[in-house]
Amino acid sequence: MFSNEMADASNFVKGVDTSFMVIFGIISFFLIGITATMIYFVFRYRKSRHPQAVQIHGNNTLEIIWTLIPTVLVMVMFYYGWMGYKPMKEVPDDAFTIKSVGRMWNWQFQYENGKITDTLYVPKDRAVKLDLVALDVLHSLYIPAFRLKQDMVPGKEQFMWFIAGREGDYDLFCTEYCGLSHSSMTTSVVVMAEDKFDKWYIDTTVVAPLISDKPGALGLLIVKKNGCLACHSLDGSKIVGPTWKGLFGTQETVVTDGVERQLTVDSAYVLNSIYNPNDDIVKGFKKGLMLSYKNELKEEDINEIIEFMKTLK
Amino acid sequence: MIETLIQDSNPSFLDYKGRFKGLMGWIFSTDHKRIGLLYLYSMLVFFSVAAILGLMMKLELMAPGKTIMGAQTYNSFFTLHGITMIFLIVVPGLPAVFGNFFLPIMIGAKDVAFPRLNLLSWWIYIVGAFIALSAQFFGDGPPDTGWTFYAPYSFRTGTNMLPAVTGAFVLGFSSIVTGINFIVTMHRMRAPGMNWMKMPLFPWALYGTSWIQVLATPIVGVTLLMVVLERTLQIGFFDPALGGDPILYQHLFWIYSHPAVYIMILPAMGIISEIIPTFARKTIFGYTAIVVSTLAIAFVGYFVWGHHMFTSGMSGVALYTFSILTFLVAIPSAIKIFNWVATLHKASINLQTPFIWALCFLFVFMIGGLSGMVLGALSANVHLHDTAFVVAHFHYIVFGGTGFAFFGALHYWYPKMFGRMYDMAWANIGLAIFFTGFNTLYLPMFFLGMTGMPRRYYDYVEKFHGPNIISSLGAMLMIAGLIIIITNLVRSTRHGVKAEKDPWKGKTLEWTVDSPPSLENFEEIPVVTDHPYKYD
Ligand code: HEC
Ligand SMILES: [Cu+2]
Ligand SMILES: [Cu+2]
Repeated sequence: MFSNEMADASNFVKGVDTSFMVIFGIISFFLIGITATMIYFVFRYRKSRHPQAVQIHGNNTLEIIWTLIPTVLVMVMFYYGWMGYKPMKEVPDDAFTIKSVGRMWNWQFQYENGKITDTLYVPKDRAVKLDLVALDVLHSLYIPAFRLKQDMVPGKEQFMWFIAGREGDYDLFCTEYCGLSHSSMTTSVVVMAEDKFDKWYIDTTVVAPLISDKPGALGLLIVKKNGCLACHSLDGSKIVGPTWKGLFGTQETVVTDGVERQLTVDSAYVLNSIYNPNDDIVKGFKKGLMLSYKNELKEEDINEIIEFMKTLK
Repeated sequence: MIETLIQDSNPSFLDYKGRFKGLMGWIFSTDHKRIGLLYLYSMLVFFSVAAILGLMMKLELMAPGKTIMGAQTYNSFFTLHGITMIFLIVVPGLPAVFGNFFLPIMIGAKDVAFPRLNLLSWWIYIVGAFIALSAQFFGDGPPDTGWTFYAPYSFRTGTNMLPAVTGAFVLGFSSIVTGINFIVTMHRMRAPGMNWMKMPLFPWALYGTSWIQVLATPIVGVTLLMVVLERTLQIGFFDPALGGDPILYQHLFWIYSHPAVYIMILPAMGIISEIIPTFARKTIFGYTAIVVSTLAIAFVGYFVWGHHMFTSGMSGVALYTFSILTFLVAIPSAIKIFNWVATLHKASINLQTPFIWALCFLFVFMIGGLSGMVLGALSANVHLHDTAFVVAHFHYIVFGGTGFAFFGALHYWYPKMFGRMYDMAWANIGLAIFFTGFNTLYLPMFFLGMTGMPRRYYDYVEKFHGPNIISSLGAMLMIAGLIIIITNLVRSTRHGVKAEKDPWKGKTLEWTVDSPPSLENFEEIPVVTDHPYKYD
């Protein structure tokens, strides 16, 4: 946990680590002290050395002492814990806000200028506030290096904030169990110097260089950014949802309002499957796992996805 | 031999022939001792299964990525492991096995107050267990929600949730019935002369525990019922998609499940308070302080549930109130530790297996409790909540505390329960291996949590690899130790040498009756004139 060079990763590292070290010091003292006393007594007063026990029924002074001292000490621990915690809830007004969305099982970060990423890019030395939104079930956004974590609750507004103090890449995990791929619901935080960040931020064409002329390349990018591949494979294997390999153009059995029917996978069907996933359920799969992407994907995006699907023969 | 003569005229509860024979004579027996053993055998089976699941999870975590099973299997394993260990073993465990067997004898009674109700609670337990476990075999696949059933995932998952929740609901009744039975037994059936302050400490611990069982269990019952209604009738209590509040679920769940931690640990403390004086050849230090701290834990334990939810999004006032109370509830436990250690001062220590278990208990329980201090502090909690640190912490409490006390009790009372001694050397070897394995398994998990590894992770990034390997090796060692311990105990029920009435020279009433006790325990109800730990 507490190597020194990381002490400035965020503005909370010091508060958390201090409370940890204070408590760790106190509890180690007790653990070692009591264990040592115990072992000493066992050797000093073993039957062969001390054949006759001295009957002692208790001692009120001792009881009072060993009630009061721990009480004082735990209040000290509480104090450090509280002091380290308080600033986590006091967000500066001018914080740079990023909407952070968690869904099964990927992250999305939406910036105020419309940029959307699956990695969290933040400027160094500037207060950043994350507005936390969970779309389906509980998630929890955890950045160990920053000592920060906050549960994300569907239908409830939550936030966290920090000032990152050191450039670099850090792990970001989901720490509230959220189903099958909970442990792969991870991404990273990239802390950039402020000027670099500003350049990155205003450049809304940043996705451009990644796109090649290959058909479907843009579609693949959209698919990756939206985390579709957590549930849909491209190689024919069944994960949570049906594979996309060879999907486009085939005949398929779906269940609509409880009735099975055959249909051909065409553009209209794919569009509807993405906007209203619960209309037609592919036979053998579960209803309610895939959420609607009405707010995330425009029709142009879906057309790109379809172009990409066509390449998956 | 005189002993055999006595046994013939007054057969032990093991040999006694009642209305039914064979297995029937057990599963329909209202004898508190037979019921205690019924629980013991059922739990031993459940425990073996759940421990193997735990081992398999550890093997999976030997290396990142898929090692021996897929993610869905892993998720259902930790769910089943948790449900079995918590609801079928550690919550009911000590009261059901040792409380049933020894509470009446230790207070000088022939049975509990309501023997038939007692048998009924075992039956409820078995029915609940089968309902919960049936979830594994029927429907849409084993549940994968974790033992906490957190909303709204527990409504979203396609797996077979309902039986698991219903089973937990049914098990609650078993707990309530046992609690009521014990409370009444202690109020009405103490031997003449045994006033409250002459009652041994294990019954005292059961008294505190029983009240928690009776008062807290209905809350989880109602909560689980709400989950069932929500899943079947779509009533929106907890699922935001139906207009419910997932945080409400967490509150209701922990209002029970935190006190449940004290249902697990109070009887464990009671057992340690029995073992220590016996082998120290010395009266317990601070009897009154231990009794008062038992009641204090039972009481304050109701008000600290919020510490499971520091990162769920509670208001500031709630947060620091829960944090302060969490620290305060540690004080009575600390008082007990000090009194136990003080009992060893100027003692005359007879270093036998049950006593070594008690010493090991003290060590691991301290680690569990003290690591809880770190989690009680708000700022450190934000970092460590829902990481492997928490998993290590509660395994030190639940397995280190309740589990060690369970095995300690088994080795302490074994001669009384089965009328035979076990092999001391093997018992000590098993304990040494088990203890080493236990710490090798769980200590690295503290470190993993501190460096940021979340819990319930099937897969992890490379930097967590090293400690995970050590931890998995520890798991194998620990299981090896367990096998030795259990084999030794099972073998000795047939091959052990016959035990005397009082092999450890204890002073509480159970050591005045035959080993194993006769059906009615006492030929004549004893009259108590002294405090329970009179060694002078
Ligand atoms: C949480 C898992 C999950 C995620 C994430 C997910 N889906 Fe799905 N998807 C499913 C499941 C389950 C089904 C099958 C049930 C159904 O038909 O609704 C499905 C069905 C589909 C279908 C119909 C497939 C067929 O065989 O007819 C399409 C098209 C689709 N998803 C597209 C997407 C796209 C595009 C994304 C990303 C923007 C996405 N899905 C993200 C789970 C998911
Ligand atoms: Cu998650
Ligand atoms: Cu708790």
